[in-house]
Amino acid sequence: MIEGISIYEILTLSSILFFVGLYGFLTRKNLITMLMSIELILNSSVLNFVVINKYLYPNMLEGVFFAIFIIAVAAAETALAISIIINLYRLHTSVDISETETMKY
Amino acid sequence: MDILTLFVVVPVLTSIALLFTKELKQSRMVAMIGSALQLGMAINLIFAYFKERATNDAVMLFTRDVMWFEPFNIHYSIGVDGISILMIILTATIVLAGVFISWMVDDMPKEFFITLIILATGVYGFFISIDLFTMFVFYEIAVIPMYLLIGIWGSGPREYAAMKLTLMLMGASAVLLVGILGIYYHSNADGGALTFNILEISKVHIPIEAQKLFFPLVFIGFATIGALFPFHTWSPDGHASAPTAVSMLHAGVLMKLGGYGIFRVAMFLLPAGALHWTDLFIVLSVIGVVYGALSAIKQTDLKYINAYSSVSHLGMVIFALLMLNKTAWTGAFMQSLSHGFMTALFFALIGMIYGRTHTRDATKMGGLLKVIPFISLIYVIAGLASLGLPGMSGFVSEMNIFAGAFQHTDTFHRVMSILVVSAIVITAVYILRVVGMMLMGPLRDDSYNELPKATWYERTGIYLLMIPVVGMGILPLWLTNLINTDILPFIEKLI
Amino acid sequence: MDFSYTIYILIIPIFTFLFLGFFYNKIKPIVSGWIGVAALSVVAILSYYTAIQYFLHVPKVDGAFTTFYGFKYNWMNFTETLRIDMGVMIDPISVMMLVVVSTISLMVHIYSRGYMKGDRGYTRFFAFLSLFTFSMMGLVVATNLFQIYIFWELVGLSSFLLIGFYYEKPSAVAAAKKAFIVTRFADLGFLIGILLMGYYGGSYDFMTLNDINGVAISNWASHSFMGLSVITWALILMFMGGAGKSAMFPLHIWLPDAMEGPTPVSALIHAATMVVAGVYLVARMFPMFHFVENGYALHVVAWVGAISTLIAAIIALTQYDIKRVLAFSTMSQIGYMMLALGVSGYYEHEGVGYMASMWHLFTHAMFKALLFLAAGSVIHSVHSNFMQDMGGLHKYMKITSITFLIAALSISGFPFTAGFFSKDEILLAAFKHNKPIYFITLFVAGLTAFYMFRLYFSIFWGKKTEYEHTPHESPWSMTLPMLFLAFMSIASGYLPMTEWLTPDRVGFHGHVNWGMASIAVAVGLIGIIIAYVFYKKPTNYPERISKAFGRLYQWTFRKFYMDELYLFITKKIIFKRIAAPFAWFDRNVVDGTMNLIGNSTVRGSKLIKGLQSGKIQDYALAFVGGVFVLVLIVLYIW
Repeated sequence: MIEGISIYEILTLSSILFFVGLYGFLTRKNLITMLMSIELILNSSVLNFVVINKYLYPNMLEGVFFAIFIIAVAAAETALAISIIINLYRLHTSVDISETETMKY
Repeated sequence: MDILTLFVVVPVLTSIALLFTKELKQSRMVAMIGSALQLGMAINLIFAYFKERATNDAVMLFTRDVMWFEPFNIHYSIGVDGISILMIILTATIVLAGVFISWMVDDMPKEFFITLIILATGVYGFFISIDLFTMFVFYEIAVIPMYLLIGIWGSGPREYAAMKLTLMLMGASAVLLVGILGIYYHSNADGGALTFNILEISKVHIPIEAQKLFFPLVFIGFATIGALFPFHTWSPDGHASAPTAVSMLHAGVLMKLGGYGIFRVAMFLLPAGALHWTDLFIVLSVIGVVYGALSAIKQTDLKYINAYSSVSHLGMVIFALLMLNKTAWTGAFMQSLSHGFMTALFFALIGMIYGRTHTRDATKMGGLLKVIPFISLIYVIAGLASLGLPGMSGFVSEMNIFAGAFQHTDTFHRVMSILVVSAIVITAVYILRVVGMMLMGPLRDDSYNELPKATWYERTGIYLLMIPVVGMGILPLWLTNLINTDILPFIEKLI
Repeated sequence: MDFSYTIYILIIPIFTFLFLGFFYNKIKPIVSGWIGVAALSVVAILSYYTAIQYFLHVPKVDGAFTTFYGFKYNWMNFTETLRIDMGVMIDPISVMMLVVVSTISLMVHIYSRGYMKGDRGYTRFFAFLSLFTFSMMGLVVATNLFQIYIFWELVGLSSFLLIGFYYEKPSAVAAAKKAFIVTRFADLGFLIGILLMGYYGGSYDFMTLNDINGVAISNWASHSFMGLSVITWALILMFMGGAGKSAMFPLHIWLPDAMEGPTPVSALIHAATMVVAGVYLVARMFPMFHFVENGYALHVVAWVGAISTLIAAIIALTQYDIKRVLAFSTMSQIGYMMLALGVSGYYEHEGVGYMASMWHLFTHAMFKALLFLAAGSVIHSVHSNFMQDMGGLHKYMKITSITFLIAALSISGFPFTAGFFSKDEILLAAFKHNKPIYFITLFVAGLTAFYMFRLYFSIFWGKKTEYEHTPHESPWSMTLPMLFLAFMSIASGYLPMTEWLTPDRVGFHGHVNWGMASIAVAVGLIGIIIAYVFYKKPTNYPERISKAFGRLYQWTFRKFYMDELYLFITKKIIFKRIAAPFAWFDRNVVDGTMNLIGNSTVRGSKLIKGLQSGKIQDYALAFVGGVFVLVLIVLYIW
């Protein structure tokens, strides 16, 4: 609970964070930046977990646990994603998303 | 091994033996022996049938039943009556004749014969099945090789034709499958377990509403392969592109599955549906008869002429089945047989003529009677059989159909019957047109003087098909009696 | 009486046909000719023997001739009652026909040995002749409607084969095709008639149907259609078949073209035997025609016959091809027979029309076959069919000329020839029953005499024509049959046909009605005299007359444009307006629909496969958009 700052401000912040991430994910062509955008989305959800836990159920810790859990999964996922991207880079010498469509139809 | 299962086993063994052959000479020999064996078995079967029939008046003889897939109560259940035996003889004859006609197939002979014989397996299986599901399976087995045979060994726009044929027939079998499942799920209407067995279902009183619903599905499913208007368009293209032996087998046998299935499944199991829907389908079949004949008048490609003529003749089979009486039904099966032999003969001859002149356009040939007298003469005879000349099979079957059709006294049936009868004139027009153009008249091309005469294998193929055509025409009595007795249980369901 | 040997009358010709057909390449022409003649001689002897036995030795029952079955075999059954038998039926008209067919056929066989000499298809010709003889014999001895129909088609086939004998000649092929298709069209009516008759009459058997106390005749009124009894319809339809085969107006158009065949064929098939099958059919079914609906169908027969006889005689006046003149003459004479049947009664003297018709059939067969054979003899030596190329042949071909004269006199009804007697009876019957038809008949008698002698004088007298090769008399093999037929053209008038061939089979004593006869003879003589004046010496009367008639002459010369009319109907209407649109419809509409289904599936898949872009961002966008929409829905609409 932070003085002078209501839950709304923080949720607004996390929403902005989420939409920035979403926007980045949808518009970037570079796989790395897309990955970063996904991280932003994840972070916004982590923030939501923590804040909602703190403001609504101050006596419980599930939200925080979840936050930590998500951070851990995100780390693993990033590692996986980076390895895929590196493989793609070896294949195409590029990390551009438009190069990865060869499997369509 | 029982006498019927052999009809599935022998072709399969033949195809396996074919796998080990190396060149044309070996494969055609193996194929010939295999199909000759089948013909022998078919002839043996009919004698066995006569012996058995004398003491046993069950609907189906030589029955045998093996559980195949228990959860759905699917059996490998077989049995034959006179009609299926006749169809089997038809098949065996045409397959053997087809092997002779393909004596010189040079492109991948081994594969060709294997596919051809697998197709025959499907057809035999279809005719001996009395379980709807196995019947359906064999039906599909018969249709698929057709795709390969036309697509690989065909001529002209073969991919298009093969695709069209297979897709239309597959579409039809999807409809058919719905119908069959519909029958299956109503097969416990009187209590008891769900079953696919035709004989058991025929004893069940399927609710009228269900019959009305599923009859058209089953009917159209089968009628498509029987080339009922307007589901016939696969046939002209398919026949035109197919290699000779395949056209023979297709028009001669495969298209007969339609009429047979309608009779065995649609009408036998769904009699109330049949009575309810006849008028609509009579109109379609009559359109098919007249329209096929009229379309044939304008064609110049021999195979197209024959394909449209098949549409017309098989329309007559379906028409006869819809007349729902004994005489017409006898006619329907006579017509199936007659058309089978005759049209196979036609396609064989067209193949021979094409092999010599390298054209199938009737307008580009002339005076062939002078240079290849044997082939031309048989072509004339086949043509005469097709236009229903007495002394040939076509006449006998058509007369049965007409006499049966005229037993209906209401105006609708009268008008339809008269329209169907009028097709005999149109048939005469297109047959004589071709004969006059192609076989008679002055020789169009001097190089035709060098055309080779018919070889021994061609002659053998021709005689194999010619004998039944003439035999049926001259002495029809035993055949009509045979069909008549075996139709009885089926016609009784309807009356 | 045992007539079981009569089956050989059928077996011998078919066996000859098969033998000649199978060993086509192996036998020498001369042998095949002799085989044909020998086989036919046996057939003729059997037929004569049958006739003598039947008419003279078999006892009558209640004063009437009875029917015998020489042979009967159950061929096929439609139902328990509708059976089709193959058999040999012996009764007065079938025996009479046996004699006609075997006589003419034998004569034509002998004649052809000379006429066809050196032809490439010599053996084939004799094989076809045997086939025809078999079919025609089967037709005349038929025991039921279906058997008659079967052999009816087979004679049609033989006719097709023989007209198209010179199959390399396009006109012959066209004529053969035309003959087959026109008669086939007529047979459609015949077949429908048979089927109706089988259903309503309950049988195909002649004995059952023609039983005047039987079900078929007594119950004719039980079903009706459009104001007429169904049985009457059936009879009219059957008559349509007969009219087609017998070249009655308007189904006659094939007959003149059929002259493309070799001349012996014209003599045998298109003059003496096959073309009278229609007459024979009506005679065969006569009790039905007469008793059902008080002979309504018979009126149709009478008028069709009358119209045909008139039209054919008029056309015959203007033709130049001698075979065509004879063809139209045949048509006209068959019209005579038809109308005679049409005006006939049933009992005793009433049946004079029927008797006259059958008698005329007999005599006509003799003299018309002779006319054709003589014409063939002329064509054989002049190598032309056209009158303009002939003239003054009498001095070169004495036998041909004299026999032709006898036949011409006979057909014109000159006293004491065969034609005189039979025609007299026809006129008598027409006079008794139907005056308008009588006058038509009388008028046609005059026309017949005129065109026949026009032919005679222009061929054998008239202008002196220069010939490339000097014409010569034909060999004995050709003249001998002609002499025999010339004898028959006179002698057949003295057979006691009135006792043999009446519809009730009892017979009556006939005598020439001199009042009637003298009028007819006078009319005939006028015709002959006019022809003599016009054509004995070259004159310009014919041209002046034809000019005077102008348009009418043109119409007649073009055979009233019937050919053009048919051509218009078949080519323009059926081919162009029906068959072609059907073919187009099939390729474009029906097939087009199927292709449309296929193509639209392909196109549809092309359309939506773009959605599977493979770009993860597109999917994500769709996903987010979907969530967004759902949120909006939940928030504002739910």
